[in-house]
Amino acid sequence: MMYVLIVFLPLLAALIAGLFGRSLGDRGSQLITCGAVIISAILSWVALYQIAFQQTTEAVELLTWINSGDFDVNWALRIDSLTAVMLVVVNTVSAVVHVYSIGYMSHDPHKPRFMAYLSLFTFAMLMLVTSDNFVQLYFGWEGVGLASYLLIGFWYKKPAANAAAIKAFVVNRVGDFGFALGIMGIYFVFNSVSFDEVFAAAPSQAGQTFEFLGYQVDILTTLCLLLFVGAMGKSAQIGLHTWLPDAMEGPTPVSALIHAATMVTAGVFMVARCSPIFEYSPEALMVVTVVGATTCFFAATIGLVQNDIKRVIAYSTCSQLGYMFFALGIGAYPAAIFHLFTHAFFKALLFLSAGSVIHAVSDEQDMRKMGGLWKHIKVTYAMMWIGSLALAGIPLFAGYYSKDLIIESAFAAHTGVGDYAFWAGVAAALLTAFYSGRLIFMTFHGEPRASKEVMAHVHESPMVMLIPLGVLAAGAIFAGMLFAGPMTGEDFREFWGASILMLENSTAMLDAHHVPLWVKLLPLVLGVFGIALTYQMYIRRTDIPVQLAKTHSALYQFLLNKWYFDELYDFLFVRPAKAIGRFFWTFGDGKVIDGLGPDGIAGRVLVLARRASQLQSGYMYHYAFAMLLGVAAFVSYFFFAGGH
Amino acid sequence: MLDWPILSTVTFLPLVGVLLILLTSGKEESSARNARWVALWTTLFTFVISLFVWINFENGTAAFQFVEKGDWLGGNINYHMGVDGISMLFIILTTFLMPLCILASWEAITVRVREYMIAFLVMETLMIGVFCALDMVLFYLFFEAGLIPMFLIIGIWGGAQRVYASFKFFLYTLIGSVLMLAAMITMYFIAGTTDIPTLIDFNFDPHLQLWLWLAFFASFAVKVPMWPVHTWLPDAHVQAPTAGSVILAGVLLKMGGYGFLRFSIPMFPEGSDYFAPLIFALSVVAILYTSLVALVQKDMKKLIAYSSVAHMGFITIGMFTLTQQGLEGGILQMISHGIVSGALFLCVGVVYDRMHTREIARYGGLVNRMPRYALIFMIFTMATIGLPGTSGFVGEFLILVGTYQVNTTVAFLATIGVILGAAYSLWLYRRVVFGELVKEDLKNIVDVGRREIIIFTPLILVAFWIGIYPEPFLDVMHASVINLMDQHETALQAGKAIINASK
Repeated sequence: MMYVLIVFLPLLAALIAGLFGRSLGDRGSQLITCGAVIISAILSWVALYQIAFQQTTEAVELLTWINSGDFDVNWALRIDSLTAVMLVVVNTVSAVVHVYSIGYMSHDPHKPRFMAYLSLFTFAMLMLVTSDNFVQLYFGWEGVGLASYLLIGFWYKKPAANAAAIKAFVVNRVGDFGFALGIMGIYFVFNSVSFDEVFAAAPSQAGQTFEFLGYQVDILTTLCLLLFVGAMGKSAQIGLHTWLPDAMEGPTPVSALIHAATMVTAGVFMVARCSPIFEYSPEALMVVTVVGATTCFFAATIGLVQNDIKRVIAYSTCSQLGYMFFALGIGAYPAAIFHLFTHAFFKALLFLSAGSVIHAVSDEQDMRKMGGLWKHIKVTYAMMWIGSLALAGIPLFAGYYSKDLIIESAFAAHTGVGDYAFWAGVAAALLTAFYSGRLIFMTFHGEPRASKEVMAHVHESPMVMLIPLGVLAAGAIFAGMLFAGPMTGEDFREFWGASILMLENSTAMLDAHHVPLWVKLLPLVLGVFGIALTYQMYIRRTDIPVQLAKTHSALYQFLLNKWYFDELYDFLFVRPAKAIGRFFWTFGDGKVIDGLGPDGIAGRVLVLARRASQLQSGYMYHYAFAMLLGVAAFVSYFFFAGGH
Repeated sequence: MLDWPILSTVTFLPLVGVLLILLTSGKEESSARNARWVALWTTLFTFVISLFVWINFENGTAAFQFVEKGDWLGGNINYHMGVDGISMLFIILTTFLMPLCILASWEAITVRVREYMIAFLVMETLMIGVFCALDMVLFYLFFEAGLIPMFLIIGIWGGAQRVYASFKFFLYTLIGSVLMLAAMITMYFIAGTTDIPTLIDFNFDPHLQLWLWLAFFASFAVKVPMWPVHTWLPDAHVQAPTAGSVILAGVLLKMGGYGFLRFSIPMFPEGSDYFAPLIFALSVVAILYTSLVALVQKDMKKLIAYSSVAHMGFITIGMFTLTQQGLEGGILQMISHGIVSGALFLCVGVVYDRMHTREIARYGGLVNRMPRYALIFMIFTMATIGLPGTSGFVGEFLILVGTYQVNTTVAFLATIGVILGAAYSLWLYRRVVFGELVKEDLKNIVDVGRREIIIFTPLILVAFWIGIYPEPFLDVMHASVINLMDQHETALQAGKAIINASK
C-alpha cells in the first residue's frame, strides 16, 4: 500500500492541479502538489530503510496491461534496493523543487499548470524506476519524455523554447527507437518481457547468435547495445546529447529536477537494472565505457567556454553522466548509482542556486553580464560554493566519495578501455574544477557588469527558495560520507541484494580501494589546481582568457559552437528529410502517381466533373436514383451471372 | 446468445431514422432541426443496441455468433449475417463514432441538412453491414454501396475542390472493386457458393490463389490505402466536411484492413504467404514516404491524412506477419486509429468552423485563447505518436513485436516511422497551438464549447482506456485470431500436400 501511495500520490496531485487548477487557485494547486510529493518523499526514505537496509524486496501487482499470446505484461511495482535508492533520489529532489518553484514561479500566470506538469513528471519517473518489466519501463521512459517536452516548452510564447521542446522529444525518440527494438528483441529471444524471467534466462543465451538485419550477430551484445541507444538518448551521451543544452530554455526548477537529477539519469538506472544482461556481454560493456568516457571529456571541454550560466551546468551534467556510464561499463554498477545519488543533490543544488542568481539579476542568464554579485546574495553564493566543491570532488563533500571511486575503479579495471576511461576521467576532473571555478568567479566576483538598474534590483531570494537550497546543500555535504559505506563499502553486495548482478570476475570496484596513492591523489590535486587556475585567470589576470580565445580562435570557436554537432545534424538529417519530403510530395505523389493515374485521364475527369456539377444543382433524388441504379445493377448482375 | 436478430437490428436501425426524417416535413429551419435530433437519437440508440452485441459476445469461441441466415436471391446467395472476434469491435467502433459525427455536424452543416443526415444514416447501415455480412455478395453490396453516400458527402458538402476529390476517390475505389468482383465471380464458379464461412474452408488451387489474392488486393489496397494508391486520400480528406473525414479515417479505411483479414488471409493462404513480402515492402515505403511527406505539408488535414497512410502501413505489416501479436495489434490499432485520427480530424474541424481555413500558417498561439482545446489536441497528438498509456501505443507496439519475430529489417524500418511520426505531429502542434498569438483574426477566437466537449470526452476516455487497460478489447480477439492463424497454417499444409501429390 505504501508503495502504491508513493507512486500514485503525485499522479493524483497532477490530475487535480491540472484539471481543476483554475478553480483551486494558485495556492491550492501548490499545496496539493507539494503536499503529495513531500509525503511521497518521506515514504521513500522509509522504503529505503525497509528495502535496502533490511534486505527485502516488494512486488505489487496492479492490473493486466497488454496480453496477447505469450506477450503478457502487467502494471506492477517492483521495489528492490536499486529502486529504493531511485525513489529517494526522485522524490527528495522533486519535493525540494516543488517547494522552490512556489517562489521561483511567483510571477508566472500559469502556476497550476506548472505544478501539475512537475507532479506528472514525478509520477512518470516513479513508474520508470518501479517497473518490473521492460514495457512498463518504456511507459515511464516515454512518460518522462512527455513531461520534459511539456516543461521545456512551458513558456510556449518563446520560439526557442518550443524548438527546444520538440528537439528534446525527437532526439529522445531516436534513442527510444533503439530501446524499443531492444525490447522487441528481448521478447523475441526470451519470449517474455518481465525482468525476472529475462534476467534468469540471460546466462543461457551468452555467446549465442541470431539474425538481425540480415547479419548473424551475438544475441546479448545486440540487445544490450540497442537498449544502450535508448540510454544514450535519455542520458544525453555523445551523439544524442544535443537536446540537453537546448533544454535549458525551460524554467530553472525543471532543469534541476529533470535535466540534472532524475530523468537524465534514467539511462544509468536502466543499464544498472539490466546488469544481469550486460554482465554477459563484455563487448557491450566496452562500448558503454568508451561512450561514457568520451562524453565525460567532450562535454567538459564545451563547458569551459559557454557563457550561459545554465548551459555550463548542463554540459557539466552531460559530463557527469559520462562518468556514471563508464563506471557501469567497467562493471562498477554500485559506484555509478552512488554517483547518481550524490550528483542528484549537488547538481540540483547548483541549478537551483543558478536559478536564485537568475532570479536576482532580473532573468539574465549570460555570465558576461553578471559579476560582483556575492555581496548582495550571500546565501546563494555559499550554496553555489558548496555545490561546486562537491562537483569538483573536494574531500568530505559528496562528489569526492563517488567520483573518486569511479576514477579509481577505472584504473583498477586494468583493461584497455578502463585505462582510456581513467585518463578521460582524470582530464575531465581538471576541466570540471576549471568550469566550476570560472562559473563562480565570473558570476560573483570582479566588477559588476550588469546595468545599474539591474544591480539596484539584486536581492536575495525568499525563504521558500532558500530552504530547499539548504536541504540540497545538506545532501551535497553529507550524502557522500553517510552512504559511501553501505552503498560501495566492503559489504555493498548486502545493500544491493539481487537488484544488481556483478559476476565474480568483475572486481574493479573492490580493487579500487587498493590502487596506488598517486591514483587516489591525482583527481584531488587536479581539482584544486583547476580552481586555483581559474582564480588566476578570472580574478587576477582577466586578460588571459581573452588572449587565449584570440590566439587559439579555431579551438575556441570549435568549443563555443559545441563541436558543431547541431550544424552537422541539421545538414545530415533535418534538411534532407524536408527536401525528400517535398520531393516525394510534389514529384512522387503529384507528378508520378497522380500524373500517371487519375490525372492522366484528366480530360475524362473534367468531363465527369462538369457532369457532376450539373448533378449537384439537381436534387437529392438524382443521387438516390443513381445509387439505386448502382445497387440494382450489381444485384441483377449477380442474379443472372451467378445464380444458375 | 440472444433470440432476436440483433445484427440485422443494429444494421438497419439507422434506416428507421432515415424514414423518420423523410416523414418530417416543414420549413427549412424546423426540418433541419428535426433531422439533426432524429439522426442523433437514432445513432445513439443504435450504439446502445450494438453494445448488447459486445455484452453477449462469447470470448471463448472462434465461431461466428448471432448468426442469421435467410434465403435470398434464389437460394445460392443467402442473407447470412454473423460476427466473430475480428469483426465485432468494428461494429462498435462504427456505432460509437456515428453520434459524435452527427454532433460534430450540428452547426457546421447548414445547407441540405436533411439530406446530409440521411446520407450519414444510410452510410452507417452500409458500414455495419460490411462487418456483419457472411455472404460474399452481401459483403460486396455493402462494401461498394458504402462508396455512394461518401461520394455524395464529399461532393455536396465538401470544400472548394470537392468535385475533383470525389471523383478521384470514386475512380480509385471503383477500379479496385471491379477486379474484386471478377475474383468473386470466379470463386463462385469454382466453389459453387458465396457463403464466406464455406469459402474459408474451401481450398483453392494454389496457383489460382495468387491471382485471386491480387484481385482482392487491388480493392483492399485502395481502401486501406497502401502506397502507391493512396493519393486519393489526402484530397478526399481535405475536401470532405469534418464528419466525413472522421468516418473516412475512422471506419472506411478499416474496411480494407478487415477485408484482408476476412478474405485474403483465410481464403488464399498461399497468396498471402507468397505476397507478404510485397505487403511489407509497400507498407514500409508507405510509412517512410508518407511520414516525410507529412513533414512538409501546409494543410492541417492533409498532414493528418498522410499520417493516416503511415499508420495504416503499420497495420498491414502487422496483419501479414500472421503472428498473434501482429494480428491482434493490427486489429487494435485499427480501432485505436479510428478513435485517434477521427479525433484529430475533429480537432481540425473545431478551428475550421471558427476560421474557415485549414492552412497551418494561418494559425499560431491558439493556446492563449483556447487552453481547453490545447489540452484536447495535445492528448490526441500524443496518442497518434504512440505514447505509452494512450491507445496508439498498444497496437503499434504489438505490431512491431510481431513483426520483429518475422523480419527484423521490416521492424527496424517501420520503427523509424515512429521517430518521424513524433516529428511531424509535434511540429504541427507547435505551429498551430504554441507561440505568441499575433494574427489579428485569431484574437477573438473562442475556446471549445459544451457541445464540443461532449464530443471529445468519450474519445479521450476510450483513448486512455485502450492505452491503460486494453484487456476487454484483446480478449474479444484471442479465439478468432488464433483460429485464423491455425486455419492459415493448415491450409498452407493442405496446399503443400496438393502440390506434392501432383508431382
